Amino acid sequence: MGIFAFKLPDIGEGVVEGEVVEWMVSVGDTVKEDDPILSVMTDKATVEIPSPTDGVVKSIVGEPGTILAVGQVCIEFETDGEGTPVEEAPEPVEEVVEEAPVAKPEPVEEKSTPAPEPAPAPTPVVVAAPGARPLASPAVRQRARESGIDLATVSGSGPAGRITHGDLDSWKAAGSPVAAAGPARTAQTGTTEVPVIGLRRKISESMTASYTTIPHFSYFEEVDITHLDELRVHLNSTRAEGQPKLTYLPFIMQALVKALGENPVCNALFDDDKGVVTRHDAVHLGIATQTDRGLYVPVVKHVEAQDVWQSASEMQRVSQAARDGTAGLDELTGSTFTITSLGRMGGLGATPIINKPEVGILGVHNAVDTPVVRNGQIVIRKMLRLSSSWDHRVVDGWDGAMLVQRLKTLLENPATIFM
Amino acid sequence: MKTRKCKVLVVGAGPGGYVAAIRSAQLGMDTVIVEGERAGGTCLIRGCIPSKAMIHAAHKFHDLAKHAKKGGHMGISIPGPAELEMAALKGWKDDIVDRLNKGVEHLLKSSGAELITGWAEFKDAKTVVVGDTQIEAEYVILANGSVPIELPFMKYGDGVISSREALDIDEKLEHLVVVGGGYIGLELGIVHRMLGAEVTIVEAMDSVLPIFDKELRRPLELFLKKNKVKVNTGVFAKGVEKLDNGKLKLNFIDKNNADDESKMQSVEADRVLVTVGRRPRSEGLAATGVALNERGFVKVNDQCQTNMKGVYAIGDVSDLGEMLAHVASFQGEMVAEIIAGTNRAYNPVAVPAIVFTEPEIVSVGLSPDEAKEAGHPVITGKFPLAANGRSLTQEAEKTGGFVRVVAREDDHRILGVQAVGTHVSELVGEWTLALEMGALLEDIAGTIHAHPTMTEMTHEAVLATLGHAIHIA
Repeated sequence: MGIFAFKLPDIGEGVVEGEVVEWMVSVGDTVKEDDPILSVMTDKATVEIPSPTDGVVKSIVGEPGTILAVGQVCIEFETDGEGTPVEEAPEPVEEVVEEAPVAKPEPVEEKSTPAPEPAPAPTPVVVAAPGARPLASPAVRQRARESGIDLATVSGSGPAGRITHGDLDSWKAAGSPVAAAGPARTAQTGTTEVPVIGLRRKISESMTASYTTIPHFSYFEEVDITHLDELRVHLNSTRAEGQPKLTYLPFIMQALVKALGENPVCNALFDDDKGVVTRHDAVHLGIATQTDRGLYVPVVKHVEAQDVWQSASEMQRVSQAARDGTAGLDELTGSTFTITSLGRMGGLGATPIINKPEVGILGVHNAVDTPVVRNGQIVIRKMLRLSSSWDHRVVDGWDGAMLVQRLKTLLENPATIFM
Repeated sequence: MKTRKCKVLVVGAGPGGYVAAIRSAQLGMDTVIVEGERAGGTCLIRGCIPSKAMIHAAHKFHDLAKHAKKGGHMGISIPGPAELEMAALKGWKDDIVDRLNKGVEHLLKSSGAELITGWAEFKDAKTVVVGDTQIEAEYVILANGSVPIELPFMKYGDGVISSREALDIDEKLEHLVVVGGGYIGLELGIVHRMLGAEVTIVEAMDSVLPIFDKELRRPLELFLKKNKVKVNTGVFAKGVEKLDNGKLKLNFIDKNNADDESKMQSVEADRVLVTVGRRPRSEGLAATGVALNERGFVKVNDQCQTNMKGVYAIGDVSDLGEMLAHVASFQGEMVAEIIAGTNRAYNPVAVPAIVFTEPEIVSVGLSPDEAKEAGHPVITGKFPLAANGRSLTQEAEKTGGFVRVVAREDDHRILGVQAVGTHVSELVGEWTLALEMGALLEDIAGTIHAHPTMTEMTHEAVLATLGHAIHIA
């Protein structure tokens, strides 16, 4: 029997520390080599650390949110080549009790668990035997797997808690976050504390840095995209196999290349420590993307070298990668300007916060059929609202407005985008 | 050198590989399967199937002895002792193996998979060379299987044989010594005992078949005793000497006095059968870059994926699941579907295990001890073959035996079922389904079981667990 102290390994070039996202083991757990034990977040990527050995967890350091240095001992195992996990189980019970506060962290992030009831915490004594896991027939297990449902979160209505196809149906039906609260209305007094850690903390820090150092000015405009929409519909109906379906965004990206090129002051990064603005010839567009884990800004690189189809597919690719959590560091950094689109949700306007150290950001709302006056007549046109914010330290109101007006002209005369 | 590109390459045409190849071809993927020997693998060619044929034949011969006795048996008598022609018996067994081998080849062909015979040599994880053909695949399924473990101090050859040679014996043996009292050694030892040879078993553990509990082993131990199979437990085999009379002498010693040479014992034999386990056949996989564990098994996740993208390992060569043909076949089918895009994983509740000794032993799920250790509140119930009509009509009760049900006391969920007795292996299907479906005792109690069959014992054992069996007082 021996104690194996495991140090947080070097998880990536230049990474000196990581933030605990989740401990997947508790004190007293028996782990096997290569079982995932710890999830840590570095700059932007989250890394799972596998167990280096077979053994029983004696102690762990930190809870979600704690910063661990590379090389710091983060977990200790009691290793033992002999005996079986089952025989060893009773031994660490005392330790479990003693160290329980460390071993049972609060949930890491707020997650709407659609199950009617939270699943009971697994009893540490029970090993992974037939009795230890959710009771469900092979067909139900396969269907749950295909639907991405963790059976541990489904309560079974069958005998002995057996999960039926009907239970999966109910789980799916209750899956919406706006599930009915039940027939009777009662006063609610509960609160939920959600630690601001991980990606949420990163977002919090960068938003604060941007909003407290950059004097933002916002500028709004409405664009008649009736012609652009006709072009878009035409291109979609005649597109070749394998070409993506076009939304407005790829056209806006193409128009931005032109407008930013003519207004280089807007396509720049401002290093306010050094007092230097670096204008970029390349247009690398950040695409603000909402994911299950929070806001990510994957980047479409070199839009100036792309046509509208390439912009569309590249945008789809990087935003999907961000949603899947497979986006690499390279796909999450390097933007020179950012687009944030609420898509169909629309809205009258917004004051987007600049993705520092960029100097401008463009918010795109939904296209709405609107009565407008043309030649003294009220006509129905498809109108798209744009909201923009600019760093007034280095972008004058005139410059920001010029860019948006140029963008408007391009979008209202779509042929000129491509000339 | 020819080049053959394909979508799926399966290496090894045993019960894992050939099932993977058929399913893969069924799903419309261009599939090649490479086999170094004969399609069917250990199971069909030199394992499960030939040994079951030999067991059947041995039973026939053994039973005839009763009819040859004065007065015969059940009114049937034969004028003299039955005669045994070992070469003809081997031929009969080989015919069955040939039929199954041809059957597998035919199934592969009609599914559209291409069978290439020869040894696959890996150039990298997705390129193999077989003879003058280079095969380049998008996906590779490693189904290399396993081989018998060789003892370093008594290597195979010169009368020391593995299960493979034991199934090809074509002469009557006077004395067979079996080193290793696990399921393979016992099955083959009992075959040769029934065919008339003296049989001695040498086992290092304190009992034969130590994976089963005492209650389950008891009827088997009685059979061995009654049929004069000599069982030496708690001893280490120390080596083999070749004697002048052409026979072999196996030396063994009590494991608690293993250093005291004066305590050495020995036994003479025509053959020494070594059945001390099987090891994965993974030595040729270095070029693939797949990671092996410390015992040589290919490391895989619950989808049988190795550390190399697009390379899977199934069956005995993988570290997932037991070394059993039905596990390999299940994984083979699953991996083909995963490659075709279905999201599946290997997550059985229970894997049945059968030992075809006389009497047979079969187990699925948890034994009473395992269930208690796992923290379940346990109730059990047993029903003996001696109280089952169908068992009596086919003399299955002669070796004793029972069916035993293990369930949770609080919610009556069935956790495991075991049995020992002649012909009990065929009962395991119902039990496995019950475990997979999460059945309660009441589910089986509420199911009508056909009369007269041995399946009624499952019903009765469940009733016994609930405290109200009908056919035992």
